[in-house]
This record gives sequence, structure tokens and C-alpha cells, in this order.
Amino acid sequence: MGFLSYFISGVSLGAVYAIIALGYTMVYGIARMLNFAHGDVIMVGGFVIFTIVSTLGMPPFVGIVTAVAACTVLGVTIERVAYRPLREASSLAVLITAIGVSYLLQNIALLVFGSNSRQFTPIVTLPNLVLAGGKLTISSTTIVTIITCIVIMIALTLFINKTRMGQAMLAVSEDRGAASLMGIDVNKTIAVTFAIGSALAAIAGALLCSAYPSLTPYTGSMPGIKAFTAAVFGGIGSVPGALIGGIVLGIIENLSKAYISSQLSDAIVFAVLILVLLIRPTGILGRKINEKV
Amino acid sequence: MAEREKKPENIPMLEVRNLSISFGGLKAVDGFHISIEKGCLYGLIGPNGAGKTTVFNLLTGVYKPNTGTILLDGANITGKKTIEINQAGIARTFQNIRLFKDMSVLDNVKVGLHNHYRYSTLTGILRLPAYFKVEKEMNERAMELLKVFDLDGESGYKASNLPYGKQRKLEIARALATDPKLLLLDEPAAGMNPNETAELMETIHFVRDHFQMTILLIEHDMKLVSGICEKLTVLNFGQILTQGETSQVLNDRRVITAYLGE
Repeated sequence: MGFLSYFISGVSLGAVYAIIALGYTMVYGIARMLNFAHGDVIMVGGFVIFTIVSTLGMPPFVGIVTAVAACTVLGVTIERVAYRPLREASSLAVLITAIGVSYLLQNIALLVFGSNSRQFTPIVTLPNLVLAGGKLTISSTTIVTIITCIVIMIALTLFINKTRMGQAMLAVSEDRGAASLMGIDVNKTIAVTFAIGSALAAIAGALLCSAYPSLTPYTGSMPGIKAFTAAVFGGIGSVPGALIGGIVLGIIENLSKAYISSQLSDAIVFAVLILVLLIRPTGILGRKINEKV
Repeated sequence: MAEREKKPENIPMLEVRNLSISFGGLKAVDGFHISIEKGCLYGLIGPNGAGKTTVFNLLTGVYKPNTGTILLDGANITGKKTIEINQAGIARTFQNIRLFKDMSVLDNVKVGLHNHYRYSTLTGILRLPAYFKVEKEMNERAMELLKVFDLDGESGYKASNLPYGKQRKLEIARALATDPKLLLLDEPAAGMNPNETAELMETIHFVRDHFQMTILLIEHDMKLVSGICEKLTVLNFGQILTQGETSQVLNDRRVITAYLGE
């Protein structure tokens, strides 16, 4: 039962990584850039919920809705102010800007909330699920996280494949120039991508802080990097890749914490990433990218 | 889109004056001018590197011209963005086919229809009735266009799985889906065998007649050019060598020299 318990909480952790990884992978697929500030948007989402639920004492639902709205606005603003002016610049310039935005968000949070860790009130207050006569307990947060992830994946897949805006996103991700010559507004499409990614980051923030209820300005940074790893692992640019990458990463991390060493778990996670990339440089579901000549 | 209103015949569909662009020190296009009447099938020819595709890129807003004016159906579109120019009514195909390869044949055409059908993103996410209604209309319109090009049987195929000749046709269908006034075809016969080229000539004629389309095409295949173009402009080293009726231009000594050398 021990193994199963670690495995399920690994899936749940992986589900959070997967939701975050969607933000990385969609932005990369459509805007061809790595938004390293994405992890910090999670942290902002966490603090918004913390302020509304713990400080103002309002119901968790209000906190989540506000956080989603705030992060959506934040993501679109970051794109408009920091990334759009660099649309034609080299990818290195955009990458460095993204790192700058990441530090900016962390330092603003430091100024506002200080560096002390805040105790986050878990937003899921349902009873835990007890199975096998008390031998296996699954926390309600774990279950809610996994269900949320599944719902998001289905909704997003339908959105991308079955709606006008989703089709525009696919077109822009394949050939930005041809798409704009067919009348697709590339800037708007990229802005919508950031909006969706950031809204998901807020949800990930709520789930993450419920599972690990200590909140600091650096809370988003490590999960952000892990989710980025998950996106690369699954094949960056691929939505199902983000799901698979996230879940696999979460399971590896949790099992190595349980059976090998909790200090080495991160090292093991990244070692696996390196191995996968050596064997499949484009990740598990990644496509071979043909450079245009 | 077939029933476009008749406007006064005296305004040309495309009127370009003194169009120039330099890359570094090189004048890629220098003093280009052209006037294309409505419904005309017009050819732009010239040796490799003469600046033909650059002219297309200037007309569609991919490059901003250093000098010159571009009037589409009387409206000044000089210096506008690609998307604005597409909305104003210029659509194009590409020398090296640029379909959305991983999308279905139907979805490629639906991308072209993007600006002609609307529902909000929220409507799409929540799948309100308006979503299904508009999607149904888009599918029907796209299928109509595919039928015109005899591609309706392959609507569910991935675009990259179509044979070459059909990919060219799909590119034309996608461009027509944006409901243009002027269609630019960049080397539509490139890489085609004589049979495919003959079929393409019929298709281009058909597009002109069926959609009352004005067409400007770049082509190297002289059989195609002399077979379907009513007028020609010849570019050489970025400048116009000559322009006029096809038969006159093709018999011009300077044109023969430019192609074959002294």
C-alpha cells in the first residue's frame, strides 16, 4: 500500500506540473519563446488567493476566481509590455527579458509580502478518501488536483482543435508568416495564448499551495523549472506531451523521495531528463523540427 | 464571393507606382509600376533573382517599400500590415508551398475563412448554440470551396499527405477562402509535370471565370505564361524591362536576351 500511496501522490504532483507545463508548451508552440516568468505567475496566483482567503477571510471560490482573473491580466500585460516589442528580436533577447520579468515579479512580491513564509489555508476542504480498510488514504487535494488536470486537458484539446481561435493558434504555430497573410491576427492569437497559460498558472498555484501550504516569493520558481522540464521531457510544443511529461516527472520525483533519497530527488529528476534528451532530443512526443532553408 | 458587385470598370484592380526597396546597397526592386484591370490574368516574369517574389512581398506587406504607392481597387494600401492587406483583399500562394501541414485539408481552408465568421472565444469554450451554428456554416463554406477544386473527398486528410498538385490547389483554395479581390500566385506550376501544369492552367482559368478574380502570377513555365496570361511585365535586375500584351512581350528582343543571354 505504501507504493500505491506514493504513486498516487506522484500522479497528483505530476498533474500540477502538467497544468503549469501547458503554459510553457503553448507559449513556446505559438510564440516560439520560453517564458521563464511563467513560474512566478503561479506565485502571484498563490498570493492573491492567500490575501483574499486568509487575510480577508472570503470563501476559497472567490479567491480562485480572482486569482485566475488577476493572473490572466498579468500574463497578457507581461506579453504586451515585455515580449511583443521584441517579436522580431533574437530569441536570446526575449529569453533574457523573460528572466528579467521573473526576477521583477519575485522582487515585487518580496517588497509587498516580505520573505517570511506564509501559511496557506488549503482551499480544498473535503474529507480524505480512505480505502482498503484504512490502509490507503488519499487526500482530497490529491483527488481534486487529478480531476482538475483531466478536465483542463479535455477542455483545452477541444478548444484547440474545435474552435476558430484554436485553429488560428495552430496556424500561427505552424507558420506565423503564412497565417498573417491569410488574415490571422498574430498578436491577438499570442495574447490569447498568454491569457490561457496564465489562467492555468493561477489554478496550478491554488492546487500547489494546497498540497504544500507554505508560500514565499520564491514558491513558483522551482515548480516552474520542473514544469518546464516536464514540457521538454514530453516534447515542447505538444499539449499531450505536457501531460505525459508532467505525470512521469511527478511520479519519478515522489518515488525517488520515498525510496532513494529526498535530498537527491531533484537530481534524479533532472538526470532522467538528460537521459531522455540524449535518446530522444525532441522529447517523448516531440516532432522532429525541420529548419527552414 | 462569386457575386461581387460590379464597380466602375475604369478603376484598375491594382495600380502600383514607382515602387522601390533596397536591401543593404542592393536595389532589389526599383521603380516598379503596374496597372491591372479587373478580371485580368496578368503574368510577372523574369530571370531568377529579378525581384519577382520581392514584388509579391511588397504587395502583401511582408516588406515595407522605400518609395511608391500601391492602390487596391482605388484604396491606398501602401505600408499597411500583412493582415490589413489581406483584409483589404489581397491573398497569395507561395513559391515553396506553405500549407499548415499538420492540419487537415478542411481546417486549412477554415483558417482562410477566419475573418469572415465570428463568435467570441468564450462562446467557443462554453460551446453555446452560436458556436455550433457558426462552425456548421464555416464547414459548409469550406466544403463548397474544396468541391470547386475537387478536394472534398480528401477534406479529412492531413494537408502534408496530399499529392503535390493537390497541395497547390489547396493553397489556392485557402487563399480564396479569405475572399480576396486580387489573387497572387507565386510560381504555381513549380515542380509540376506537363500534365499537372495543363490541369493547373484550367484551374487558374476556372478561378478567374468562376470567382471573377483578378490574378497576378509569377511563373517560369513559358507554356503556362503564353497559354493563360493576357498581359505581362518582365523584370530584370529589379527593373521593368518591358510590359504589355503577352504576344508582343514574348517576341521582344530584350526579353529573349534577358532569358538566354546575348
